[in-house]
Amino acid sequence: MPTKIEKDALTGTNTTGHEWDGLKELNTPLPKWWLYVMYATIAFSAVWVILYPAFPFQGATGVTGWIAREAVVQDVAAANERMAPMMNRLRAATPQQIAADPELRAFAMAGGRIAFANNCAACHGAGGQGAVGGFPSLADDDWIWGGSYDAIHQTIAHGIRNEEDDEARTSMMPRFVADGVLTPAQVNDVASYVVSLAGDADPGQAAEAERGKPLYAENCASCHGDTGEGNRDVGAPRLNDRIWLHGADRHAIARFIANPRMGVMPAWAGRLDPATINMLTVYVHALGGGEN
Amino acid sequence: MNDLTAREKLKPAGGSPPPDQPLYATRQKVYPKAVAGPVRRAKWAVLIVCLALYYLVPWIRWDRGPGAPDQAVLVDITHGRLYFFFFEIWPQEVYFLTGLLILGAIALFAATSLFGRVWCGFACPQTVWTDLFMWVERVIQGDRNERMRLDKAPWTAEKWRKKILTHAAWLAIAMATGGAWIMYFNDAPTVLREFFTGQAGMGVYFFFWLFTGTTYLLAGWAREQVCTYMCPWPRFQAAMLDENSLVVSYRAWRGEPRGKLKGEGHGDCVDCMACVNVCPTGIDIRDGQQLECIGCGLCIDACDDIMKRLDRPIGLIAFETLKNIASSEAATRSIPPCAARTQAGMQVRHVPKFIRARTLVYAGVLTAVMGVMLGAWLLRQEVTLAVLRDRAPLYVRLADGGVRNAYTLKIANKTREAGQLTLAFESAAPLTLAIQEAPEAGENRFTVNTRADGLTEWRGLATLPAGARVQESTPVTFRLLDARGRTVARTSSVFLAPHHEEHRR
Repeated sequence: MPTKIEKDALTGTNTTGHEWDGLKELNTPLPKWWLYVMYATIAFSAVWVILYPAFPFQGATGVTGWIAREAVVQDVAAANERMAPMMNRLRAATPQQIAADPELRAFAMAGGRIAFANNCAACHGAGGQGAVGGFPSLADDDWIWGGSYDAIHQTIAHGIRNEEDDEARTSMMPRFVADGVLTPAQVNDVASYVVSLAGDADPGQAAEAERGKPLYAENCASCHGDTGEGNRDVGAPRLNDRIWLHGADRHAIARFIANPRMGVMPAWAGRLDPATINMLTVYVHALGGGEN
Repeated sequence: MNDLTAREKLKPAGGSPPPDQPLYATRQKVYPKAVAGPVRRAKWAVLIVCLALYYLVPWIRWDRGPGAPDQAVLVDITHGRLYFFFFEIWPQEVYFLTGLLILGAIALFAATSLFGRVWCGFACPQTVWTDLFMWVERVIQGDRNERMRLDKAPWTAEKWRKKILTHAAWLAIAMATGGAWIMYFNDAPTVLREFFTGQAGMGVYFFFWLFTGTTYLLAGWAREQVCTYMCPWPRFQAAMLDENSLVVSYRAWRGEPRGKLKGEGHGDCVDCMACVNVCPTGIDIRDGQQLECIGCGLCIDACDDIMKRLDRPIGLIAFETLKNIASSEAATRSIPPCAARTQAGMQVRHVPKFIRARTLVYAGVLTAVMGVMLGAWLLRQEVTLAVLRDRAPLYVRLADGGVRNAYTLKIANKTREAGQLTLAFESAAPLTLAIQEAPEAGENRFTVNTRADGLTEWRGLATLPAGARVQESTPVTFRLLDARGRTVARTSSVFLAPHHEEHRR
């Protein structure tokens, strides 16, 4: 305990008496009100703890009863109320009408983008680019079930090959090898022919393709068309283009003919608001592939 | 003090300070005395100009045509516009504001290196409002001695009356201050009417009370405590001052040794404490440069007044450079206090060196920033075109083997009139652009409408026909043309395609 207060010669300030290796600490006292401000903040926090939830226990809400989750619910409700007039208009209009009205269209594009990210992007990709393995691209100009506003709306609302919606689009390609319709060698021949339909024929496979041609006419043309032009009524994809849902090479095509995997899409009519489905229709149509 | 025994005594501190050493300082109330003189007059002038600007600017009208606010200075948060007379900026142009802040900062550095803390002493809102509040206090409660007496006096009806009147006046000024603040963010006449009819928004009342409260607290109660304990500026001002800066200084070479007027062998300082009594931060300028000094120069007026009465030359306290103080000090060291000493000291002074490396750098930076801002303003486009290329997917393969890229085009029209422009798409590659909602106006040209003071958005699809070969990345240009075919906006982007080998397949 120091017996007397030492004044620092240079600054004229008292030292606290603390010393480290010959360095002494100057005592420059804080103003008292500063201390009181700290006490005030402590008092403020005590009030806060009483008013608002501060402890991580179930039921430990403050006396105001304010809960962050409820505040979000209220915010969402308020936002929905604000959007209600617009949503009503979107519900009443057809996708064509929405696309023709600049105001509705701007709202639908913004809302559609969010709804797409929330519900569709998991399979179809953030920008609707799709993915190899049965998730079609929505940005290109090839449609399996049709790319008009009505066709897109129908697909979104009722889905594809799901069991929940009676109006779901449905069709089935036979499992040609598993069901014993074709032999593996015949499937290879058909695959070579299908590749040649797209204009990518490999000269080395000309004989195979030639053998596959009658097999195609017999087994495939009824759905996929004589020249591979596809049939949207039964969701049979076009084969004479450069877009492949399950891989572009011959072996991938042969594997698929042997044992096809049919894509499934849920029906969104019960899950999403009709206005949201309309917004999604307009948004998907605008991604790049929309047809009139 | 440095002998071993003294240190030994202090050594084992044990963490607790001596009992008579408080860790917290009780505030010493400052009772600044009224003062008259040229510095005080300058301070009043600055105060009147600053307050007049602050309270009146929101009421200046400026016609911008129908549909636009007619307030000269307005920060329209709701609509994302900032208006300053002929100047109007959108949120994405907030760099103009940043530029102004940079200019303000550099100008502050320059002023400080030339004249010390003139900002603190004359123009800082804390100083201006404190000065105003002190004036109110003085009018109601009297000057320094009367106020000190009043504070010590028992709580009589008269004391209550004076104190209540003072605080009421302070609150009235504070409310006017908070009230003026909200007018910079809302149409002044409208918000004033809404304010009194209770129709104004929560935000308006919140900021009104916030600024009312801070004005009342900071200018009425906290005062010099703000400058001494809260403000960072006194801490780093030392880095801007040098020996050539004109700062409020006491000419110790002339005043010391200080002493009573009647005494023998004394300098010019008669130790009358006039400089201390007028100081708004309650310090003694004769202790030299200190962080509490806000450079207001009121001590100069106080001292000059005394010197005139004593028939001595003024300027014992003055705006002076440390360099001159040092030369005068050196020149008068051997002369005893007399009129000749003062003369000798004043003779060796030099004109302050205003042009020096530091000030030239500040001037250069100021000029450069102003040049950049002026350039940015002159090159500012009234119609801008933003092109956002889709990134997911990078490109789309089409059924016939062609490749397509998608772009979101945003046209911002900063004028007050809707217009019609032609959007032209140019590229060295055989690309074709399609825009879903815009009518075509020739090859790769579209007619697009713009919204007055608003954005229009379009989606463009650029297609490379099957079989055409391009680089993986091809530059493309979007151009907006007016009716006479002049380019009003131009934005570049790229068209991405798969690598040739992949492309072929």
